Amino acid sequence: MSQATSQERVEEVELQGHIIDSLLLPKVLDEILTRGGNFTLRDIRIGQEQSDPSYARIDIRAPSDNVLEDILDAIHDHGAVPISTHDCEFEPADMDAAFPEHFYSSTNYRTQVRIKGEWVEVEDQEMDCGILLDRENKAARCIPMTQVRKGDPIVVGRQGLRVFPAEASARQSLFEFMASPVSSEKPKGVTVREIAAAMKRTRETGEKILAVLGPAVVHTGSVEHICEMIRMGYLNVLFAGNALATHDIEQSLFGTSLGVSLDRGLPAEEGHEHHLRSINTIRRQGGIKTSVDKGVLKSGIMYECVKHNISYVLAGSIRDDGPLPEVITDVLDAQDAMREHIRGVGFCLMVATMLHSIATGNLLPAWVKVACVDINPATVTKLADRGSHQTVGVVTDAEPFLRAVVQELKNV
Amino acid sequence: MRTPRILMCPPDFYGIEYEINPWMSRSRGSTPERAHQQWRNLHDALVKLGVKIELMQPQKGLPDLVFTANAGLMFGRRFFSSRFRHEVRARETPFFDAWFADHEFTVEHLPEGMYFEGAGDALFCGRTLFAGYRIRSDAAGHQHLGKTFKRMVLPLELVDPRFYHLDTCFCPLAPDEAIYFPPAFDAYGRKVIESHIPRLLEVEEPEAVRFACNAVVVGKTVILNTGSDRLAAGLKKWGYQCVFVELDEFIKAGGSAKCLTLRLDGEEAAIWN
Repeated sequence: MSQATSQERVEEVELQGHIIDSLLLPKVLDEILTRGGNFTLRDIRIGQEQSDPSYARIDIRAPSDNVLEDILDAIHDHGAVPISTHDCEFEPADMDAAFPEHFYSSTNYRTQVRIKGEWVEVEDQEMDCGILLDRENKAARCIPMTQVRKGDPIVVGRQGLRVFPAEASARQSLFEFMASPVSSEKPKGVTVREIAAAMKRTRETGEKILAVLGPAVVHTGSVEHICEMIRMGYLNVLFAGNALATHDIEQSLFGTSLGVSLDRGLPAEEGHEHHLRSINTIRRQGGIKTSVDKGVLKSGIMYECVKHNISYVLAGSIRDDGPLPEVITDVLDAQDAMREHIRGVGFCLMVATMLHSIATGNLLPAWVKVACVDINPATVTKLADRGSHQTVGVVTDAEPFLRAVVQELKNV
Repeated sequence: MRTPRILMCPPDFYGIEYEINPWMSRSRGSTPERAHQQWRNLHDALVKLGVKIELMQPQKGLPDLVFTANAGLMFGRRFFSSRFRHEVRARETPFFDAWFADHEFTVEHLPEGMYFEGAGDALFCGRTLFAGYRIRSDAAGHQHLGKTFKRMVLPLELVDPRFYHLDTCFCPLAPDEAIYFPPAFDAYGRKVIESHIPRLLEVEEPEAVRFACNAVVVGKTVILNTGSDRLAAGLKKWGYQCVFVELDEFIKAGGSAKCLTLRLDGEEAAIWN
């Protein structure tokens, strides 16, 4: 979450009566602005007859608790009162690894729950989870089904909950300009520049950049571009599968990817064995990191990750060869590892992988901007269809895209 | 023609026993005989104008019971009882409620948590209820009233603590006429008054602090404290005659002619039907 939105305080108030004729509505709105807040008119109903009262529902946003308090105090006298809210309801989980019936199913949007009269930010925001309460410490976080333990207080119903849709929480995003999220007919230069700018900004704010990469990154000859990004400090976390790591290592050890020479573009003799021999070499060394430490693995994405202390999560799949020792073969464990590393991510670049992109999209909160690059428009569409609306899609081959982004990143 | 009917309470126990507005000073105090005489003069002036005066029984320990305007708001046979901001005045409520219940009015109360000080802060001008808020009454309370009797309510913010009730700085004369002291309101309030009342006469500060706006209107006669000659001249041009009654003993408590009366049958400016 960007810092501006994470500190923003919000309260919903209502104002009713002859608020138009008495100028109370403009007065309340003026008070909000002059005291350093901002507002969104959520609902307004104007009375038809002179004696009919009007009604306005206003979201007040303020940069801090103090400013919000000050605004609420000031406008309370004009009759604007917080919409009577109750604390959120909860039930203790009646069994392990399942929510109580009527549990609240989370979205990836910024969410707050009301605990003992106070609005509390839900941490670890993630879609399709439940919300675990810590009433003692006035805290709440998203929790996946499998992590529930009997007795955990889980939010049920919709009372005392509020969700902030993307347009309210991330107005300043530079990704706004891209009206239609995916198209093969957009000027790539502009898109590339914007993505590079977003990466630069993310690095400046101290947030992490996550890359989710598929093996086509290696097949298309983009390894060096990714390595360059790592060396320049534009990549902080890597999510991938067995394939990306394997082919990256294969290229480093044999100069081929899936047996095809990356220099000549032709299948190498006995090339089809290269990837399996690579896995075997790494397994014999005990893993990727030990291979780098022992000088067996001397280049490539995984090498740079080890050298630059880049965290990586390699999640396994049912068709994996080997796999490499670092590959997490239990999907639930892999999800948890990904969750761990998603904290603090401000930008995510997904290139050439449908499986890992969707998996990551499921875990990311809606305020983390995502650029999804794939030769297949369906990958981007699928991501959006699954609720990751913050995605900007670029339909293109991985290599020219990554080459251009690296070039842009080098331009100060 | 209807007979005007006004509720008053003799000042038998009137005095400055606490300080809840900038006018009150316990060290200054009031002179009971003078207060009695002034109240009697007001009473007689009203009777002379054909007003039927109803009297409440004064109560020991309730010095401000004389200010019947703050009892509540009248609307037809309905009496909306005040919810006083200060505890010292909230004790008056049971006595006001009992009187209205005994006199065939329906006594109604606002929800808890909403302050409302009756006709002191709520005055009809035509069909619209103008309401003062912030110092004593709440805007929310007034909006609640408007909803209850389906009338337009225009809350006006009072910004000068000396003019802590609407009836100290605003007085409707007729459905389309009023006098007011503009600096007692914020810019929004002034604009609301100006855009909803066609004819307005501004009161100047030296007269406003003598409670010129705290006037009782009976037909074309305006009864007010002495020392508001300028206003009287202006009102004369509008066809009103002023009757001055010395009321300085009550100004020591922040009240004047209007505060000492509660019109039971509807103010001259009010349109209830």
